[in-house]
Amino acid sequence: MDTVQAVAILSTALVLALVLELVRRRRLVERYALLWMVTAVAMLILALLRDDVLDPIADLLGIASPVNLLFLAGFAVIFVVVLNFTVAISRLSEETKILAQEVGRLEQELRAARGELPGPNGADAAAGSAAEQVERGERG
Amino acid sequence: MATSIDGSRLRKLAIVPAYNEAGMVGRVIRDIRRAAPDFDIVVIDDGSTDATRQEAEAEGAVVIRHPFNLGIGGAVQSGYKYALRGGYDVAVQVDGDGQHKPAHLHDLLAALQTSGEPDMVYGSRFRGDPGYQVPLGRRIGNLIFSVVLSAITRQRITDPTSGFRMTNRRGIELFARDYPHDYPEVEALLMLHAHRLRVHEVHVQMNARGFGRSSIDYPRSAYYMVKVLLALFVGLFRRRPTPVEATGEDEPGVEPPAGPPGAANGDSQAAGDPAGSPVGGGEPRAEG
Repeated sequence: MDTVQAVAILSTALVLALVLELVRRRRLVERYALLWMVTAVAMLILALLRDDVLDPIADLLGIASPVNLLFLAGFAVIFVVVLNFTVAISRLSEETKILAQEVGRLEQELRAARGELPGPNGADAAAGSAAEQVERGERG
Repeated sequence: MATSIDGSRLRKLAIVPAYNEAGMVGRVIRDIRRAAPDFDIVVIDDGSTDATRQEAEAEGAVVIRHPFNLGIGGAVQSGYKYALRGGYDVAVQVDGDGQHKPAHLHDLLAALQTSGEPDMVYGSRFRGDPGYQVPLGRRIGNLIFSVVLSAITRQRITDPTSGFRMTNRRGIELFARDYPHDYPEVEALLMLHAHRLRVHEVHVQMNARGFGRSSIDYPRSAYYMVKVLLALFVGLFRRRPTPVEATGEDEPGVEPPAGPPGAANGDSQAAGDPAGSPVGGGEPRAEG
């Protein structure tokens, strides 16, 4: 075992330990935990079984230095994970937007229903239509 | 059209998106009241940190306040959702920074009801005198979008970034369900086109944008250009649920016959959508 392999094994083992710890503390949702654990385990296997797995695959792909396959695999996984996150963030921001709009709506309807809306000049029409909004909203 | 639209019977809503527009929004509301008293007003306070809401409520407007800032797209959509819930027939966007002149509201309304019954009418600065000195960068950006959009929609669109727009129920239903995010005006035009809703342009003059919300400054204008062009490109291929089946056969923009008051809401929805399903199974449109 040379230095490169030792470093690879050590670092992948650390990643695995970190993921397990995060899961244990429930800081990571299962869905992502599984993803990271599979990644960490796969990389650990690659690093451990260097002669049987890593080198032949590297050879097959025409990668001169097998450790680069490790990096390549790591990069590919991270790419997919980050892409996955971007999708999740997009969905979350859409959901957040809808929530904010709904909060605004509910607050307005609540205040209108409680008659809390101040209305000095010309507010009668607005207050009337607001009450109507609530009514229509409930029916629709 | 067989069913003529009685303008006075329509329920009309002015949507005023406002972000930190205290000192301005009150004047906008008063101007709308004076120029177009037949419009209800809803102010969307998009998470302002100043007295925007108090000022708007003091003027008697309905205020929907977002707990945090969503940006102009989210704010405007909130207004369209309100319009849909309230059963409004017509909704118009009037910026809370005073850029849009409420005096034009009835020009827009007249165009919405006559000029071939479009689904959306918007005020263009560039069909004549814009009313103020439009910055050069803004003009160039506008020109590029104008060329691209005109090519896509095969219709002359001179001011695609104008947010001064008035829609009928079809437009309200579409925008309440789906509205673009960051710089929505240009993309919204594309959405209308994708859903086969018709757009008509009316010349208006505008005021120079109030300094409150300069949504586009120079460092960001390049980003804006790229983002919107990308959005246009993506939008061409995006699958969107079709809220309104706008085929050529059925009569677009037909208003429900004047029935008992209160029943208008459900009726017009049924009239606009013979299939009875508001979401058309994710099929965006028949691509040629």
